[in-house]
Amino acid sequence: MNSSSYIAALEISGGAVLVFALLTLWRRDVKANVRMLRLQGVSLACVAGVLALHQHDLGLAVTAVLVLSVKGFVAPELLHRVVRRDPRSRETAPLVNVPASLVTAAALIVISYAVSTKIIALAPSPPTRLVPIGVATILVGYFMLVTRRRAVSQIIGLLLVDNGIALVTFLLTAGVPLIVELGASLDVLLVVVVLQVLLANMRERLGTTDLDQLRELRD
Amino acid sequence: MILAATSLVYSIGTSLLQLVLLTLGAPVLLGVMDKLRARAEGRRGASVLQPLRDIRKLMSKQRLRAHFSSAVLPVAPIVLLVATVVAIAIAPLASTQPLLAPSADIYVIVYLLLTGSIALALAGLDAGTAFGGMGSSRAMTISALAEPALLVAVLALSIQAGTSNVPTIISRTLANPTMLSSPTRLLALVAILIVVIAETGRIPVDNPSTHLELTMIHEAMILEYSGADLGLVSIASAMRLGLLFALVANLFVPWGIATDTSIGGLAMGVVWLAVKTSVIGVGVSFMEVHRAKLRLFRVPELLAGGFVLSILAVVTGLVTR
Repeated sequence: MNSSSYIAALEISGGAVLVFALLTLWRRDVKANVRMLRLQGVSLACVAGVLALHQHDLGLAVTAVLVLSVKGFVAPELLHRVVRRDPRSRETAPLVNVPASLVTAAALIVISYAVSTKIIALAPSPPTRLVPIGVATILVGYFMLVTRRRAVSQIIGLLLVDNGIALVTFLLTAGVPLIVELGASLDVLLVVVVLQVLLANMRERLGTTDLDQLRELRD
Repeated sequence: MILAATSLVYSIGTSLLQLVLLTLGAPVLLGVMDKLRARAEGRRGASVLQPLRDIRKLMSKQRLRAHFSSAVLPVAPIVLLVATVVAIAIAPLASTQPLLAPSADIYVIVYLLLTGSIALALAGLDAGTAFGGMGSSRAMTISALAEPALLVAVLALSIQAGTSNVPTIISRTLANPTMLSSPTRLLALVAILIVVIAETGRIPVDNPSTHLELTMIHEAMILEYSGADLGLVSIASAMRLGLLFALVANLFVPWGIATDTSIGGLAMGVVWLAVKTSVIGVGVSFMEVHRAKLRLFRVPELLAGGFVLSILAVVTGLVTR
């Protein structure tokens, strides 16, 4: 892979991660959000794959396949099942309306650019230059976590944060040891499974997954 | 001296050619889009020349002016048309060397088009009818929301190319085609497409073929016009749509535009311009068939999406420079 097409592929797949994060903020439909999350996982795997191809790193290539299977297929599929079983929470109920959250996202993108310039200056290279995109994905994920009421949307926010962290790791370290990535991916999977069970319980007992209504203790 | 004279003649010729091309071509483009829509909906549809015939018919009809309307009403279509004509004459559509190419700054073109929009909004308010005012207020709301997205997207393009002069952006892109596949350009493309759809009043934002008072925007604004004035507004709106489509085509698929001063190159430029603009028109009418119009209160969401994409375009432009 020659240098300019490597940079172009890296930029496009890295940019796609953030664009899909913004699209989850944009769409109200939870099913569409899960679809965006799946596409984001696939683009994250593309970033890892492009880096692996460029550096001829087998470990990174295995990581890419792992990311593709866990974040691109298994986790979204589990979430999709949750959404399908709970028809009442098909639409997200954001605390902040969509235009305002998009404008906030724009501000977060600018902030992440401002704070990342010093990190980039330490070692400027094509992957490290894309760090602001990863940081912005993390911030957008946090924003989604704090402004959404439904449990499913909050899990999506959590997974956005996780994808952002993974993106920054790929870009900055150019390959963490495989065992670390394996641990982190399985962790995420475990979180999704636990939350899925928790959600099923919540729905059974309370009839809703709106977390704002969980204010009082009940016997 | 002779060289300068030939290039001046060439530039004037290019500008005139672009004007004639868009005056006749833009209504035909509208006709083609309507025809495609009709065919996709299972109707036969009017001939592609219908918009041209409509405009010719309107031009020969008597003007009727609303009572108590001021000079704004007759002047607005002329301002709209003149602003559009100047923008078309200086924009690089068939060739990168039209008249006044060095001053064809992208901001100049944007604000020329905006001058026209403002003239039309004032005209909508002028007669003092409820519909006109409603149309103007809606059109200005959408313009005000589309404006930041457009300007920031344009900023992203200028950061990437190092200039905000449209002909230079196009020739630099031709010299270095990898610029086209960069995320900056792609994100700016999406943002600009959203703004162009909003500004030309096509379907997710406004439905050009409806006169339903609850939804119409552009049609509500020009409700007081009749006869030749309506003809002027129609031709200017069509030319504006043609210009915006052609600019998008040239900024994102610059191949085919004439860069030298040969007649053959210019002829090829004209052919390519027609092809590229029709492709965008076909795409837009395809989308119009398959999409429903957005609720008016959802339009800010669409435009805010365009804005955040353009901010992202600027940031990626800065980090990958």
